[in-house]
Amino acid sequence: MITVTDLRKVYQQGKKEVVALDGVTLSVPKGSIHGIIGHSGAGKSTLVRCLTLLDRPTSGSVSIDGTELSSVKDSEIRAARRRIGMVFQHANLMDSRTAAGNVAHPLELVKTPKDQIRTRVAELLRLVGLEGFENAYPSQLSGGQRQRVGIARALASDPDVLLCDEPTSALDPATTDEILDLIQDLTQRLQLTVLIITHEMNVVKRVCESVSLLSGGRIVEHGALRDVAGDLESRLARALLPLPPSEPLPGALQRGPVLEILFSGDSAKEPVLTGVARHFDIDINVLAGSVETLGGEQFGHLRVQLAENADFDAVLAYLHQRGITAKLSAPAATADPDFANPALPASVPATAERGGN
Amino acid sequence: MNDIFSNPVLAKALPEAIIETLQMVGISSMFTVLIGLPLGVFLHVSAPGGLRPMPVINRLLSDVIVNITRSVPFAILMVALIPLARALTGTSLGPIAASVSLSIGTIPFFARLVENCLRDVHQGKIDAAQVMGSTRMQVINKVMLRESLPALVAAVTTTVVTLVGFSAMAGLVGGGGLGKLAYNYGFQRFDVTVMLVTIVLIIVLVQIIQLVGERISRSLDHR
Repeated sequence: MITVTDLRKVYQQGKKEVVALDGVTLSVPKGSIHGIIGHSGAGKSTLVRCLTLLDRPTSGSVSIDGTELSSVKDSEIRAARRRIGMVFQHANLMDSRTAAGNVAHPLELVKTPKDQIRTRVAELLRLVGLEGFENAYPSQLSGGQRQRVGIARALASDPDVLLCDEPTSALDPATTDEILDLIQDLTQRLQLTVLIITHEMNVVKRVCESVSLLSGGRIVEHGALRDVAGDLESRLARALLPLPPSEPLPGALQRGPVLEILFSGDSAKEPVLTGVARHFDIDINVLAGSVETLGGEQFGHLRVQLAENADFDAVLAYLHQRGITAKLSAPAATADPDFANPALPASVPATAERGGN
Repeated sequence: MNDIFSNPVLAKALPEAIIETLQMVGISSMFTVLIGLPLGVFLHVSAPGGLRPMPVINRLLSDVIVNITRSVPFAILMVALIPLARALTGTSLGPIAASVSLSIGTIPFFARLVENCLRDVHQGKIDAAQVMGSTRMQVINKVMLRESLPALVAAVTTTVVTLVGFSAMAGLVGGGGLGKLAYNYGFQRFDVTVMLVTIVLIIVLVQIIQLVGERISRSLDHR
């Protein structure tokens, strides 16, 4: 369990003060994976440096299982660091060491006996699926294999917390999935507390149980994946269940009101849309949709257009009654700058504005 | 060809000159690495944003000592250091005395090369080492020096080649060796054979150093 309380970091840049972290608070229970998402400049790197004690926070605290880390004396800082294993974007392996040598590195630092190192290294390489690659140098390994070595090295000192800084951002999609599956598997097997810092929403979708949105040095949204995804107003939900921009379909419904509907959990299984059509005797067009399983729950995000004569207030009331979030589609937003998600809705068609009036 | 073997100067003075040159290059290379390597590491580590920033001392060493020493032409530095050589070795003549000024002339040069090699070690590797709980010495030994070893060997090679050139100059002011041989016989007595033989020998020496250096550097490089 890692707990971060009101973490602040202020840098002095000449005479100007730069607030990189402005009161970050979060807590991740043992055995679970938490995603921290944000664009560059949001404070991700500073947060990583404060969590690994490469930088001292200006105020606030970081503690692991109740042990305070951020205020330890300089002489104890190295022991404290060993409780956090870190996985880097580019693995950051030593080119002069073999795979086995890299995994042995943290063990050598504390003068572990040679035969113990050998057994432990073999065990760790097996754990990450790299048996037989002991003597390969990083230059002979693929990006995914290098990241596996990086993970094995991070686990060598038996840490409680695994901190992953953009662990898959340099990998191709297939390798990304492999590495994420490995992290998920290790989290459960070793009962790790995992923090994944990323700008990729897909990483969060695939492995995280909870997520925080970091923006301007603050956590602006956070919660369990299923909670944030179920909130139509949250920026995280829009990024988790993105809708492509859509033009109203030509034809009979072109001037009707546009609704955004979010199904989650059980309501996602109900045939609600046809229910609306039958109940109000109106036609409905689906303009855009996105269906995902997030945190083990089914989610659906739809943009639909109703017939021009439809009483959208009554439709909204009908949907709300059945536990479904829905609203009139606003002339929404240009892409949210905090996410690098290619499938984000860029803009909503002009009729949506008319529908809102 | 006959000329080479029958030339009395070559038969008598050449072996001695070769040994003197090798002595000068060998001794000064050793001291240059022994002193220049730690100096280079210190320059890198104490720089602003380094592992252990010490701005004042770094500034002093870097700007004042290293840059000033490097900006004085070696020919002048060598003459200026004759009193120091006499104080340290008891004589101003011979290869050992010459090694004093040779070392002092190349230490700052080598230190700068070392600093550049260390700067090329990716910061991510240093972060990784620190996060896994390395002490500063462990970061220096196990990451900075180890990871830049191929580059460091190349820097030593360059330095030794430079020392061969400097040692020929040192020969003129009492150091002996191939430089003195070429100057005394080749230049002042117009003995073209001696001149040519020394030039060829120096070229061969430099080639051997370069070749061995590159071999070692490549065998250490796993990138």
